[in-house]
Amino acid sequence: MAGKANMKLFYAGLVVIFVAGAAVIWLASRGGGPPPVQILDEPLTLGTSAFPGYVIGSDSAPVEIVQYADFTCSHCATFAVLHGPTIMSRLVQTGLARLRFRGFALYQVSLVPLNAAACAGEQGKFWEMHDALMFNQNEWFSGPDWPTARRTLRTFRGYARDAGVDVGSYDDCVEEGRYYERIVATREELSGSGLSSTPAFDVGPYRAVGMISYDSLRALVEAVAEQQR
Amino acid sequence: MKHRMAVSVLSLVGFFVAFYLLLWKIGVLGELACSTGGCETVQTSEYSSLLGVPVALYGVAGFVSLFVLSLVGLQPRWLGRREPTVLMTVFSGIGVAFSAYLTYLEASVIHAWCQWCIASAIIITTAFAFSLLGLLTWQANQVEA
Repeated sequence: MAGKANMKLFYAGLVVIFVAGAAVIWLASRGGGPPPVQILDEPLTLGTSAFPGYVIGSDSAPVEIVQYADFTCSHCATFAVLHGPTIMSRLVQTGLARLRFRGFALYQVSLVPLNAAACAGEQGKFWEMHDALMFNQNEWFSGPDWPTARRTLRTFRGYARDAGVDVGSYDDCVEEGRYYERIVATREELSGSGLSSTPAFDVGPYRAVGMISYDSLRALVEAVAEQQR
Repeated sequence: MKHRMAVSVLSLVGFFVAFYLLLWKIGVLGELACSTGGCETVQTSEYSSLLGVPVALYGVAGFVSLFVLSLVGLQPRWLGRREPTVLMTVFSGIGVAFSAYLTYLEASVIHAWCQWCIASAIIITTAFAFSLLGLLTWQANQVEA
């Protein structure tokens, strides 16, 4: 009798744990939704002190999405993998918006992949290199010691070669860290404007910091397009 | 019987920890709650997948197996039999060895700590301790019963 009562209590306990665990995960998945959107006092103008970034899409697109990102930032990679292709096909290629990438070096080590992408950018292959670095972040980013490894530079070189970059001049560019100063200047300029983390997105007067879904980004694009009509 | 109940509870909690990490890994969750600050470093490292499968999925499968085993062992026809406890000890022992390897990677290779991975390692180690205790005291418990 006592044994049966104990078992009932035990199974009730398991149900309570199950419900609590499911509730925590459900709440966490809701928390992963769109971040709160700030209204900027005035949209950030492209600084003259630093590089304005890489643009893809039509000059005549009514809205510009400015993305601030770092290749070592896992959320930036997640965003690129999950939402990048949809943004390209549904917003950029349809002419609803163009996308501007501005590198924001979170750490000293961030200079290495940002510089590698800029070196590929010299030959018009920035976006191919961007995709390779973001989509394969798991492959090359493995802890704080990674940039010292020649292996990582060889991996980047492989991405560049696959993207169709002439690796002869790419190697010179990487070796001399040609864009380090520009990357640091951009970081200082953006830090001065209040940016402190990535990914972040400016769409007209709106700024969203953190992971944002395609739907949320599209809603911002449509809101700005509506304001311009 | 008590050791099987303890393992049931532990493996259910462990399942949710591993499931949480798996959902983040496959992009369902946007942000990991992480007070140690190293969860994403660990979860995006090359060691977060084994043979192309997220490590968290091994955790989910392991905890589900342990949970099912312990519940089966609590059914009347299995209560007096030793096999479920033996299997629980073997399964959780494999889990402890795997967790020890992952913890070594966090400490010595990745140089970052993921609190959820540590929680999972503690849970599987405790489950192993209960299973082993159940196995070692099996004879005495049967005599008492």
